[in-house]
Amino acid sequence: MSSMVNGKKAAQYLRTSKAPFLTRVKESEQDKFAQQAVAKAQDAQWVKREAARQELGNWEQWRDLGEQIRQHVIRYLPDYLEEFSDNVEKRGGHVFFAQTDDEAAQYIKQIAIEKKAKHVVKSKSMVTSEINLDPTLMTVPGLEVLETDLAEFILEEDDWDQPTHLVFPALHKNREQVRQVFEKKLGYKGDNDPQHMARFSRKVLRKHFLEADMGITGCNFAVADTGMINLVTNEGNADLAMCIPKTQVVVMGMERLVPTMKEAETMDNMLARSAVGQKLTSYLTYTAPRTGQESDGPDDFYVVILDNGRSNALGTVFEPILQCIRCASCLNVCPIYRHIGGHGYGSIYPGPVGSVLSPVLDGGYDDFGDLPYACSLCAACTATCPVKIPLHQLMIEHRRIMMDDQSQANLIDDTVMRVMGLGTGHSSLFRTALGVDHTMLTPISKKQPETAKNLFASDRHVEWMPFVFGGWTKVRDLPDPPKHGQNFRSWFAHHKKEQQA
Amino acid sequence: MKVVIFSTCVVDLMFPNVGKAMVEVLERFGCDTYLPKEQICCAQPTFNSGYVKESMQVMRNEVDALLSVDADYIVGPAGSCVNMLKELPFHLRADPVYAAKAQTMADKTYEFSQFLYRVLGVLDAGAELDAVATYHRSCHMTRLLGERTSPFVLLGHVKGLTMVPLPHIENCCGFGGMFSMKEPEISKQMVDEKVNDVLSTKASVLISCDPGCLMNIGGRFNRRGEKITIMHLAEVLNHNVDMSRVKYVEGRSAGDGAVSSVRAAKEEGALV
Ligand code: SF4
Repeated sequence: MSSMVNGKKAAQYLRTSKAPFLTRVKESEQDKFAQQAVAKAQDAQWVKREAARQELGNWEQWRDLGEQIRQHVIRYLPDYLEEFSDNVEKRGGHVFFAQTDDEAAQYIKQIAIEKKAKHVVKSKSMVTSEINLDPTLMTVPGLEVLETDLAEFILEEDDWDQPTHLVFPALHKNREQVRQVFEKKLGYKGDNDPQHMARFSRKVLRKHFLEADMGITGCNFAVADTGMINLVTNEGNADLAMCIPKTQVVVMGMERLVPTMKEAETMDNMLARSAVGQKLTSYLTYTAPRTGQESDGPDDFYVVILDNGRSNALGTVFEPILQCIRCASCLNVCPIYRHIGGHGYGSIYPGPVGSVLSPVLDGGYDDFGDLPYACSLCAACTATCPVKIPLHQLMIEHRRIMMDDQSQANLIDDTVMRVMGLGTGHSSLFRTALGVDHTMLTPISKKQPETAKNLFASDRHVEWMPFVFGGWTKVRDLPDPPKHGQNFRSWFAHHKKEQQA
Repeated sequence: MKVVIFSTCVVDLMFPNVGKAMVEVLERFGCDTYLPKEQICCAQPTFNSGYVKESMQVMRNEVDALLSVDADYIVGPAGSCVNMLKELPFHLRADPVYAAKAQTMADKTYEFSQFLYRVLGVLDAGAELDAVATYHRSCHMTRLLGERTSPFVLLGHVKGLTMVPLPHIENCCGFGGMFSMKEPEISKQMVDEKVNDVLSTKASVLISCDPGCLMNIGGRFNRRGEKITIMHLAEVLNHNVDMSRVKYVEGRSAGDGAVSSVRAAKEEGALV
């Protein structure tokens, strides 16, 4: 894998933090508010999501269907991209294929300059964060960019704080923090009631919508046979961002296609239930360049289709990650995300999907090599994914490449693991190990009253271990292994002898 | 009925009491048990860490060992390891010899509670345990093996035992094999939440079907100086047994070796 495209590196803006992984984990642990907010959101979403899926009925069959639709699209991606862009152009829209983030952002900046845009309104889109669009646009003198999704608006007002969730980007902020930001930046005078603050921001945003001359949105699904863009939101801001400004730009990952409206409907249904536990979101919009008879819609319509490392996945074991519909339910069930939060991952794509996708987009393991290890392989993500991406297996694939293909582990741990492979692969070696009275551990084991009963075969336990095993004893006690004569195999042999006697 | 005991490396190394309880329960229900001594490990510690090449020999050895006795079934005391055995045909799919062997092995492999309830048709194993307990539902057993019923059915029939639900039962305890050692900073937060959840139930016994999880949660209890009794399901079902209490699912009886219909565990509900 390599993300060098025409000598330029793709996916340079994925990182949200320069701090090393463990520092980020420590920081997240200290942010008790954010941790509790995530846990609460996960618990609430669990109930809503499962209820919404149950209500639909036959969820497992729906997942099969979702998987088939997405797999099919990825397999015939070049064909669908061609069909889609032909249809957009037939309607008078423009399509631009961008290989890298910079290419995409520069193209959009050029449009803004040509159109002499002054007021750009944006709706929530992960892919525009991926291409660093807002900072790029703001280099145009006199141009103002406004995020209109409420959560993104809050982050923007808080000096462009980084999102921590794909669907709830400001999950880590509490209402008092939001009030302070509003007060400082926008002169808000009210209390921290979320409804009051939402009403206030609505007023601010409305004014901007009306004067906007360029609208930028993401894209949930692009319908190949009609050239339409499907957007799914709960606030209606994307609709305003699409209807009012004369110039309309849509930015989409190149995998975001569905063949026809029929598949779009299926995917919308699964997306809403998976992402927010609703039957459908409050707003579900299909848009395209205005054609002859239609009375509304933008005059100029641009679609930017982004690769930015996605094609690294094509034809590899990682291809299934392109099936992703960004529902974030894998984040919502992930026990690691629960504790380290979005900031812990240090990528704009956090959670299980981020741990698999970020190294793929990045084209290597320099920046995100820690992420596939930040996973206990509990498979909650794999089980919840509406399009059946085997996320936990793909974590192991990343590990395999790092360990077997690239030998990236530190030497001692690497040796320990390889010896373990030998020891568990050759039964004579393993039996020798079992046969040794584990007196080796006795010097470091402790005899102490134990509060966990029946866990320890002897009355001793271990509180310190060397090498990678030290990670165990940092956190918990280890039973002192039974002496040879008392282990299971010895008991079994004795038991059989007794039976025969 | 011949049953090969898949002992698992954790039980071999650490938990003789779990292996012993499982064998005694199985023999009580008419199984002839065998323990092939060449067996070692399902290969998860190395495989899951990315040492896939190094794991191939571990897998082949395990397949050969478990097939070395011509038994009707293979039964193991750990949902996670049993699931790995079920995955071996996939991991060995490119091996012209072992792909088929692994399939033969996987087809007759069951996790302990699954075997008792789904194959032998046992509802009440005749055990008695006077306690309030809670159950930790391990991730691989639930989501990958798809077994979310058998342990609860069996525990529900233990005389004197009161089961209380564990909050956040769906969340991982932070074990994850090598994860617990490689990422202690994250694993600690996970196991602490699990310990707190167990404490909140006021149960005095924590039961599970995965020794690895029990070693993790129990080890953290001990480090924190909190009180708990750790029991594998096999130990519970082997406690104060009175065979006159034994009950089978309808239409089954003692010695009914042949399985009329092993209900597919995976069909019982959405995978959450
Ligand atoms: S990987 Fe699956 S669960 Fe996660 S965001 Fe994508 S579609 Fe949703």
